[in-house]
Formats: sequence, C-alpha cells, structure tokens
Amino acid sequence: MNDFVNQFWNWYVILLVLVSIIACGVLLWTQSAPPAGSRVDTTGHVWDETLEEYNNPLPKWWMWLFYITVIFSLVYCVLYPTLGSYQGMLGWSSSGQLAKEVAKADEQSKPLYDKYMKMDLQALAADKEGIETGKRLYLTYCMQCHGADARGSKGFPNLADNDWQWGGEPAQIVETISSGRMGVMPPHAQLGAETIKDLANYVRSLSGMPADSVRVAKGQEAFNTAGCSGCHGPDAKGMHALGAPNLTDKTWLYGSSEATIMETITKGRTNQMPAWKEFLGEAKVHVLAAYVLSLSTAADKK
Amino acid sequence: MSETQSTYNYKVVRQFAVMTVIWGIVGMLVGVIIAAQLVWPELNLGWLHFGRLRPLHTNAVIFAFGGCALFATSYYVVQRTCHARIFSDGLAAFTFWGWQLIIVLAAVTLPLGITSGKEYAELEWPIDILITLVWVAYAVVFFGTIAKRKVTHIYVANWFYGGFILAVALLHVVNSAAIPVSLTKSYSAYAGVQDAMVQWWYGHNAVGFFLTAGFLGMMYYFVPKQAGRPVYSYRLSVVHFWALIFTYMWAGPHHLHYTALPDWTQSVGMLFSLILLAPSWGGMINGVMTLSGAWHKLRDDPILKFLITSLSFYGMSTFEGPMMAIKTVNALSHYTDWTVGHVHSGALGWVAMVSIGAMYYLLPRLFGKPEMFSVKLITVHFWVATIGVVLYIASMWIAGVMQGLMWRAVNVDGTLTYSFVESVKASYPFWAIRFLGGLLFLSGMLIMAYNMAKTIAGGRSVDDARILVPAAHHA
Repeated sequence: MNDFVNQFWNWYVILLVLVSIIACGVLLWTQSAPPAGSRVDTTGHVWDETLEEYNNPLPKWWMWLFYITVIFSLVYCVLYPTLGSYQGMLGWSSSGQLAKEVAKADEQSKPLYDKYMKMDLQALAADKEGIETGKRLYLTYCMQCHGADARGSKGFPNLADNDWQWGGEPAQIVETISSGRMGVMPPHAQLGAETIKDLANYVRSLSGMPADSVRVAKGQEAFNTAGCSGCHGPDAKGMHALGAPNLTDKTWLYGSSEATIMETITKGRTNQMPAWKEFLGEAKVHVLAAYVLSLSTAADKK
Repeated sequence: MSETQSTYNYKVVRQFAVMTVIWGIVGMLVGVIIAAQLVWPELNLGWLHFGRLRPLHTNAVIFAFGGCALFATSYYVVQRTCHARIFSDGLAAFTFWGWQLIIVLAAVTLPLGITSGKEYAELEWPIDILITLVWVAYAVVFFGTIAKRKVTHIYVANWFYGGFILAVALLHVVNSAAIPVSLTKSYSAYAGVQDAMVQWWYGHNAVGFFLTAGFLGMMYYFVPKQAGRPVYSYRLSVVHFWALIFTYMWAGPHHLHYTALPDWTQSVGMLFSLILLAPSWGGMINGVMTLSGAWHKLRDDPILKFLITSLSFYGMSTFEGPMMAIKTVNALSHYTDWTVGHVHSGALGWVAMVSIGAMYYLLPRLFGKPEMFSVKLITVHFWVATIGVVLYIASMWIAGVMQGLMWRAVNVDGTLTYSFVESVKASYPFWAIRFLGGLLFLSGMLIMAYNMAKTIAGGRSVDDARILVPAAHHA
C-alpha cells in the first residue's frame, strides 16, 4: 500500500524526516565544545537586578543521552517503516504484527476447537468445559446487545428463556449466529388508530392481560382480515421461518403496554442480528450456539 | 517620562494572579467531582455527568488555571526583564477580560453539551474566534514589550514565553478550522485520519507549548530569583530551547499508535518523542543545577520546595512520556489510566506546582507585602499537595498497568480472560485512592486561597514598582 499520491511527497517526507533527525544531532554537535572562559564566570548580562547566567558546558552524560536517541532514531529508520513508503529492512508492519498474533492464537486454540467441532451441539451444550468457553465467547462478542446475563433488553431478545423467535433447533441457532437475522414487521398505519387500538387489546388478551372486551372482539376480527395472521399465523403463535413472534406467550421484545403495541403495529419494527461466521469462524459459532442452547436448557429445568 | 511610564503595570498581573488561584480551585473541584463520579456512579446527575464535566475540568485547569498563571507571570517577567512598562495597558486589560469571558463561556457551553468534540479544543467556533482575538492581543502586548526593552539581550524566560505564544496561535488556528452550521455547531475542516492527525498534532503541542514551554519560561525567572543564584548554563538553555520547540512539533502521532494512521507516521512520532527526552531534561537540569551552592535553602524555603519539586516531576513525566511513546509500551499503556496518571504527574506535579510556587513569590510583591501572610501555611500546602500528587499518580500507574494486562489476557481457548467490566470493577479501589489524592491537592489550593486572602486583606493601596534602570554592565 502506498500512502502517497506521487513520488514527490514520498521523497519530501523521507528528506524532511532524515534532515530533521540529523539536525538535532548537528545542533548538539555545534554546541558541544566547552564555552570559552572560566566556568565560574557569568555571561555578563544582568536582568532585573539579580538575574544572571553561568555558562557551564553541557553535561557530558546529557549529551550522550541526546546522541544516543538520535543514533537510535537513524537506525530505527533503516529497520522499520519510517521513511515514506520504504518498509524497513525487518519488513515489520502493524497489520503484519496483528496477523501474526492472530495466527499464533488461532494455532494454539485449534486443537481445542477441533475437539468441540467433533461434538454434537446437544452434547457440547452439556459439556462443562465447552460451556465455559461458550460463556467467555458470549461475554466478548454478544453481551453488548444481549446483556451480561443474556436476558436481553428492549429490541434485543432474551436468550436465557425458552422462547425462540427464529427457532430453537440446533441447526436454527447455528444459522442465526452464522448468517444473522433480519426481522421486519411492516407498518400498519393505514388501518387507522381505532383498529390498531382494537388489535392491541386483542394481542394483550392473547397473553391473558387485562383488555377491553369489546375491542378484543373487534381486534380479533381485524387480526384475521388485516393480514396479521399471514405472518403470526391464524392462532397467533408466530412463525419461526419469518421470525414472526408468538403473540400468545408472555415474552415481549418491545413491551406489552397498549401504547407500545400500538406503536409496533403503527410504525412496524425492523431489527437486525449481525452475521458472525466471517468474523468468528465456524468453530466459535458452533460453541456459541451450544452455549445459547445450554441457557434455554437451564431455563427448562426451572 | 510620565508617571505611569515610570512604573511597571502590576494591575493586570494582580488580576491574573488572583484568578489563577480562583480558577485553580474551580477546575480542580470539577476534577475531584468527576473522580468521585467514577467511584460512585450515582453522582452522575442530569447534565452534570462525567461526559459533560470532564471537558469542563480539562478546560478549566489547562486554560483557566494554567492560562491565567501564564498570563500573570509572562506579563510580570517580560516587564521586569525588559526594564520596561507593558506595551499597551489597554490591550493587556482586553486580554484579561477577554480571557475571563472565554472561561465563563466555556463553563456555560460545555455542560450544555455544546462541543466540537476535539479533545482540549472542545469550544465551538464563536468562542474559538474570541480566543484568536485575545491571543493576537496577547502576542502584540508581549512582543511589543520585548521591542521596547531597555536591555540588549532577551532573557531566556522570554524565549520560552515567546515560543509558547507563537506556537499556540498556530496550533489553535489550524486545529480549530471548521465549517459552522449554526451558532453552536460546526464540523472540522479535516476528515478521517487527517482530522485525527491534526487534532493530535494540536493535542500534543498543547502539552508541549501551553503546558511546557510557557511554564519553562516561568521556571527560568522564578527559580533563579527565589534561589538567588545565576542560571546554571546559558549554553544549555540555548540548546534545549531550540531542540525542544523543534522536536515537540513532530511528536503528535504517538497518540495514534496502532490506528489507521500510516505506520511511517506513527514511527516518526515515536522517534521524535524519544529524541525529546534530552531537550526536556535540559530544562530540568538547568533549573535544578541553578540551586547548586544553595541546596540548604530547600530546607526552610517552601516556595523553593514547590519550584524544585515541580522540576522533579517534570523530569519524571518527560522520561515517562518518551517511554510511553514506544510502540510496544504504548500497546500496553494506551487507553488505560496509566495515561491519566502520566498527564497528572505533568499537570499537578509540574505545571500546578511551578505555578503555585510562582504565585507565592508574586502575591506579596504585587500587594506590597514583605511575604505571604503565613509562610508556615505554604509549607503545609506543599506537603498536602505533594502527598496528593503521589497518591494520584501511584494509583493510576497500578490501575493502568492492571487494566492493560487484564485487557490483553487471553485464555487457552483464545477468548479474553476478563470482560471489560471486570477491569472496571478491579479499578475501583485505585479510583478511590485517586479521588483522595485529588481531594488533597484541592485542599492545598483552598489553603492557598486563605493565605492569599489574608495577604491581600488589610493591605494599603499598592503602588506599582518603579521601573529599574538596567545594571551598569547591562544585558
């Protein structure tokens, strides 16, 4: 990679850097001979009654310190990338250093992940060591959205329950992490505020929450005619293939108040889980999927 | 010669000197508050949360406290060492009131969230323009006074003050260049990594010129004056002056190690930071060695204690700085509290302590008193402040190295050993110690304010000192 639009700037940088480093040494060298006259003499100038200056020579150790930094710098310029696009004799680069460190880390952990890959997801979810690794991966890559306790927050699904928006089969979990998910609930403002309020009451009644019974009846009718059942199903139990949530349970991604449900229906919701396969690789996704599975298995037992 | 032309203008020096102490208390109080907010997060109330108060703290201590100290001492020193009254009383008064207005505007806009988002250059464009005006006036006053000097040679302190004034003008204008979209919002004239580079070219030179060259000017007057000894080496001052101001200009990229900045630029920043070690130490040597033959004075002169201790911290932090600029060290130290500790060993240990020493020298002279109201309280201030700094930087070293090690620790499965929040949790005890250190340093400033008030109070009306005729074998 070249950082310069043309060779002029490359040489401009090279010369300026070299001249500047050398100039520091030259400045010191021109001043290194002890000043003429006795050491106890002042320069003869007096300011503000009492301010005078001795003219002691530069301390030897200090001069050597200065020279050493200049020489070190010149040597560094030859060995490491410093002079424009010249890469340095050692061929070092910061991106190269990163690649090397990553490769080394990957090589060290490879046997472990090879072992995990050979294990079935269900078996891995029950494996104590595997779950520990999964948890650590989770705390590095997933907790920013799903929370340290994996219980999620508004718009970010709870992973520690037994409710699955996109399916809880091992293959489905792997797919969710690998390729990400894009959930879209379209806006339904065209239905009008009254109908939307009816629908909200109906949806609340499905989960056994207090609702206006007249509106529930009207809402149920609208549910079937306005197209809701197309995604959420006639029984409102949702559809994993589309990521359409089950509306009859007590899990709420955005909130269960009438106002929030109306906002969801009116404006729709768009939500994205990023794809991780490229970044983490198959093995780490496999372990993470097992960890997520283990969380819901633990939830089962409660 | 008219009556005013036969005296120095002490009025502007007095104003800036008093405001140095007051802004010092304000700025450090905000620092102690944000240190407390890190220990007790529930103290983040409304707008007064860490994110809004932190830039207020940095602006208040650097530009209000440090700035007033630089104005006060540079106006005093340039008059005394040029044997001439200040170039323009009117312009000098403008710099005082203009600078105070800027500080008040900063104190209002920053908590309101009005910021350009550039560290140490957060103030929005209308305030930036005001800063430019005041700064140009400052340069005219300072160099105008140099021009009318009654001595041939320009004293070394003025080289440093002059370099600081010129460089800060350049840095401010270039880095603050922005396109306004409204009265309270603008966007940087630069984009991407160039913007980052300009910002840290500015940022590091704000340290190099505002917080170093200016305060070296202060040191070159007040150390030899208080010690009653000639400066150790004229030769050394020449070499380290030119090397320092030349080299600092290159060091900025060390703030951007392992970023999108090209490798060669990072290397250049690292090398010049290393070369900077000797020129920085030149100033320390010249200050400390000035005391040779008068070491006994350190025993019972608390002002000298402040000045010499400040030079020790200067030497320590200018050793630490080049070390932290080395890529391998920076890989550990960057983004940790080590950086915060490093900054404060410079800011509290060097900048604040040399300013405090200079103010204790100045205040009685400005208010017509033989000495401060209580010399004993200066000694108390010295020890309280020193213990405060030591607690501060020691806790930040430990916290910083610990954070760096925790962040890079990796398990056998390639995962991070610690989540970020675990490093936060582990930092709490050290943040508590830092809070205590800051609180001590602030208490010292309160002692100083009391001492200052008592020194000023009950004083007679003060005449400005008459301008001295230069010595016979004049400079």
